[in-house]
Amino acid sequence: MPKTYRNPRYPYRRSPDQDATKSGASVHHPIIVVGAGLVGLTAAVDLASRGVRTVVLDDDDTVSFGSRAICFSQRTLEIYDRLGIGDKLRAKGVTWNRGKVFFRDRMIYSFDLQPEGGHCWPAFINLQQYYPEEWLVERAGHSGLVDLRWKNRVTAVRQDGAGVTLDIETPDGPYALSCDYLLAADGARSQVRRCFDLPFDGQVFQDRFLIADVVMQADFPSERWFWFDPPFHPGQSALLHRQPDNVWRIDLQLGWDADPEQESKPERVVPRLKAMLGDDVDFELEWVSVYTFQCRRLQRFRHGRVFFIGDSAHQVSPFGARGGNGGVQDADNLCWKLAAVLDGRARESLLDSYDAERIPAADENILHATRSTDFITPKNAVSRAFRDATLELAAELPFARALVNSGRLSRAYCPPHPGPGPLGPGSPCPDAPLQRGNQRAWLLQLLHGDFFGLYFTEAPLSGADCGKLELLADRHPDLRTLVITAEDRDDPGLWRDGEGLFQARYGAVPGGFTLVRPDQHVVASWPQLDCAAVSRSRAATLA
Amino acid sequence: MPLSSDSVRLITDPNIDAPDAFYAALAALHRDLDDAESAKVNAKLILLLANHIGDAAVLNQAIALALPHKAA
Repeated sequence: MPKTYRNPRYPYRRSPDQDATKSGASVHHPIIVVGAGLVGLTAAVDLASRGVRTVVLDDDDTVSFGSRAICFSQRTLEIYDRLGIGDKLRAKGVTWNRGKVFFRDRMIYSFDLQPEGGHCWPAFINLQQYYPEEWLVERAGHSGLVDLRWKNRVTAVRQDGAGVTLDIETPDGPYALSCDYLLAADGARSQVRRCFDLPFDGQVFQDRFLIADVVMQADFPSERWFWFDPPFHPGQSALLHRQPDNVWRIDLQLGWDADPEQESKPERVVPRLKAMLGDDVDFELEWVSVYTFQCRRLQRFRHGRVFFIGDSAHQVSPFGARGGNGGVQDADNLCWKLAAVLDGRARESLLDSYDAERIPAADENILHATRSTDFITPKNAVSRAFRDATLELAAELPFARALVNSGRLSRAYCPPHPGPGPLGPGSPCPDAPLQRGNQRAWLLQLLHGDFFGLYFTEAPLSGADCGKLELLADRHPDLRTLVITAEDRDDPGLWRDGEGLFQARYGAVPGGFTLVRPDQHVVASWPQLDCAAVSRSRAATLA
Repeated sequence: MPLSSDSVRLITDPNIDAPDAFYAALAALHRDLDDAESAKVNAKLILLLANHIGDAAVLNQAIALALPHKAA
């Protein structure tokens, strides 16, 4: 059915590893990724960017069929920028920051997800999932470090203290592999999860949604539009998103009693869309799916040497775009840690922090997705009365707009921190524009790779300052320090906080220092640079 | 629920200026409404008053007090 995109077919290639099995041996690799979807490919490319080789196994031979995840959030865009596909996302995708909420026949309010400037990346870029997947496959190929094996279906997985062993089925028959670490990025119906018989429990929502991608020439703006109880679809909700290629995503709530098979048929879908778009709008169906959704997660994401990332670990309802974005951020969290363990800089126990950091993030995503779903689908007459009351008030009174929940859109997880300043340990680093002479840069684009220190100063560097910075650089080759000067200075060779946004967003004080992890999250900040404290903090982060 | 010294306590002593008049206004509000409309009007009233109060501790005390008492 898709008319705007033809899925590439990647050839199956026999690996020399498959010959080893005949002699009873299985070839060993440090890291195997199961699943070459959005999240598995992100992990492989991230690891490659850190010099780590991977084998990626996928049971199919192409990228996503259908647009699926379409809303790529700011944090995901920052990650993809680091992985080298940011420019492509921006060039091809639809940038948006604004949304509108409608109730019955009128707009009740609009919102802006990124009201303040000074960010390299917008709140969202909409793009069919197959595009970034295709670009990640290319990046993986160019890296020379990713051994991507299509038509390799994992049938069994075992682990013991020494490693993980996999049985794999291919067009040439079965073979086996072993690895030190396995990344299960094989989606909501994860075969790896099944092999370990892990419970995947949560809540199923008693509702069905029609998701339709249509191709049409339309002049709706690049905004997220959400309707409660619109005249064209009474009693239900509707959502409209713009994608590139003149493709529009339409999401219509159908209710629990809807018959998924009937509702997927064009003769049922087309009248529903005509009611929404008008009889005179020409459109073609690109992709249709009827789904229910669930919010659930594994109890733990790390099981020994096996790490679950993305939908294999957690599933959320789509309102808020927290599925794909959450998975990409899982990979971002895990990959630098694996790289640091494999090169001997970090202890193996560092990998436990993947669980400690991503489970609260998954819980936050599940909480928001559940609350959105409860607002969109009231469970009884009183819930509906509250929902409608909120929407009616929201049209007139600003306070009620804060209660309207048509999806709380994905943001990077930020652990609660009581301390002073805007950022605490574990906060994702905010972006800020910097200048050096005539050169302009985005802070986050300078933080690609390893640990970074951010040293803020209002005065020219003293001999003592330089001594401390040199000491840090000597002690820790994996820690690079950026000196950032205050807004009103212009010191040759140093980055200047030209708009004062670094100082504001980091709560930076003159002489202060912020230590940043390789995944652009804050380790700690100090009001004065203390080299011993920075060393201890770096060491603790790798422990 | 235990309250720390700096948290605001839900007022449960008489505090409404003209209780009879308020009660009559409440009853009058619903006189010509069907059940569904009444439910929505009540919801609006709760939301308006909750926003005026704002303090989460006070709102949670009110929610707890409104809950039917469970048999011991």
